[in-house]
Amino acid sequence: MLRIVLAEDSVLLRAGLVELLTRSGHTVTAAVGDAGELARAVDADLPDVVITDVRMPPDHRDEGLRAALALRARHVRLPVLVLSQYVATAYATQLLGGGAGTGGLGYLLKDRVGEVAEFLDALRRVADGRTVIDPEVVRVLLAQQTEDRPLSRLTPREREVLALMAEGLNNQAIAQRLTVTEASVVKHSGNIFMKLDLDPTEGNRRVLAVLAHLRSRPG
Amino acid sequence: MDQRAVAVWQALRHRPARYLVSGWPWRCWAYLLSGTVLGYAALIALVLLVLAGIALSAVGVGLVILAATPLFGSAVGALERRRLRLIEPVRPAGPHGSVTGRGPVVSRLGNRLRERATWRELGYTVLFGTVFTLAGAGVMAVVSVSALLTVSPVVAWALAPETVMIIPGQPVTGPLDALPGPAAGIPGLVLGAYAAGLLAGLQARTVQFLLAPRDDEPSERVIELTRSRARLADAFEAERRRIERDLHDGAQQQLVALNMTLGLAETELRAAGSPTTELVSRARGEVRAALTQLRDLVRGIHPQVLTDHGLADAVAEVALRHPVPVTVDIALPHRLPEAVETVAYFTVTEALANAAKHSGAGAVTVVGRLRHGALRLLITDNGKGGADPAAGTGLQGLADRMAILGGRLVVSSPVGGPTQLRAEVPCSA
Repeated sequence: MLRIVLAEDSVLLRAGLVELLTRSGHTVTAAVGDAGELARAVDADLPDVVITDVRMPPDHRDEGLRAALALRARHVRLPVLVLSQYVATAYATQLLGGGAGTGGLGYLLKDRVGEVAEFLDALRRVADGRTVIDPEVVRVLLAQQTEDRPLSRLTPREREVLALMAEGLNNQAIAQRLTVTEASVVKHSGNIFMKLDLDPTEGNRRVLAVLAHLRSRPG
Repeated sequence: MDQRAVAVWQALRHRPARYLVSGWPWRCWAYLLSGTVLGYAALIALVLLVLAGIALSAVGVGLVILAATPLFGSAVGALERRRLRLIEPVRPAGPHGSVTGRGPVVSRLGNRLRERATWRELGYTVLFGTVFTLAGAGVMAVVSVSALLTVSPVVAWALAPETVMIIPGQPVTGPLDALPGPAAGIPGLVLGAYAAGLLAGLQARTVQFLLAPRDDEPSERVIELTRSRARLADAFEAERRRIERDLHDGAQQQLVALNMTLGLAETELRAAGSPTTELVSRARGEVRAALTQLRDLVRGIHPQVLTDHGLADAVAEVALRHPVPVTVDIALPHRLPEAVETVAYFTVTEALANAAKHSGAGAVTVVGRLRHGALRLLITDNGKGGADPAAGTGLQGLADRMAILGGRLVVSSPVGGPTQLRAEVPCSA
């Protein structure tokens, strides 16, 4: 059971999420509608995880996301799951690259809450300190057409492993998902990091490195 | 181009006899006489400017003088439009663009030199100094001699007993002797009056043709129109934002909630082993498809990532989804005005869409820089070229939106490629 602070400005969606989380055995200690209330609720409740919308009053821009980043400066181990309507890698990068904090991070499309089991699983992974990027965002990144880029040198299997890595799965979970041995996942991920010229790090940094790499374009 | 009839020609055509006793001959003579003086002065000044420019070109200053020479034509043009009031009821508006900006002198000079109106004014100055001045001088010479002949009996009477010599070698001793004078002078004056009317009308027509604004160039009269178009475009943009927000806060959230409820139902039905699970699953798939479509639609109306992260990131997102590899190199020192970002973003998406659809390109590059307070975009594909910019309404509409911001859009697409789209939008707003 997780203690959750939820920030979502749509009343309908907020009620729906509270119901979903409560039915799944979690406790929503506060459900708020703007960034200021979110900060106050987190400071007061010290929840296990924060779920927040990107876009919130008063300006209806990315207040929710920025509020979450600011909170992590105060509560460094606070896990944050951001729900978004945008399949835009810029937000995911903003979240993952956004400074302080060691807690788990997640960027999920709001569509994902319909996949109840998957959504709750992702929430659990974020609360556990892992990084979760929405599969749709990862799909866009991996589907990009490249011209003589390292990404095009990855085998189809390595791409699958990379996608699951970005969803925050550890090697064991990736091995289960692909029904291969954990040893071969380790081998694949080693190849991926080598081909992408990345340092094989763990956790948030690993996903961030992959994400940043995939987004970067030769200038 | 104004097709209004020339006033003096109308007077000539409709009442040729009455013309002679009206004020018209006097006004035409005044027009031609002042024109002769001005025209010669302008021609001499122009020649001196060019000569000085050439002579000093080695020092560098000369080049500046040469570059500024067309501006002298503009000054003459302004004077000529004003002088036209002698024979025309309306002074033509100036043909120059209203937005020459407050930038450095060099860039303002550049703006002026780019205008075709400036070169027409220079052409007029040359024509004025040569043809019109010569013809005007001829007509005025006839008029002067005729006037002198007409008044010769009076002169002879006044000066008697001195002799007067109007035509060399034929001294006139008295008023009666001078009577052949008016006999030749009066028809000469009539001729001079009609000739002056014809010539002045011709010059008026020339002024209207060369010095008045043309429909495809901005003028004082269209400034207000441009402003109202800008307001309209702003309102249009605000409306798009409102629609985007309504969709985001309304339909999108409703569908997300519906998807969530169906998800819960599916979970519970599955746990209960109900055969309805399949149906609910299908319904959820349909909701997901609707959500995806709606998200694409909203992004097409106004992408939120553009508002939150700016042009470079928004274009990078488009590039990620593009079927042809796109290299994005947009480096801007700061965020740009909203209107500029929006029009630039949609220009890039339109150019990329065209590259994917028609060009057969294997690679596209998008370069964006801020130079002298203007955003410069260069979108190049390595496709087969031959694109007709007039055929696509998309680019036409974007060119219009850029024009409102004082920018421009140039498409070059020679057969065989490459297709290159250059846009320049000032960020002064």
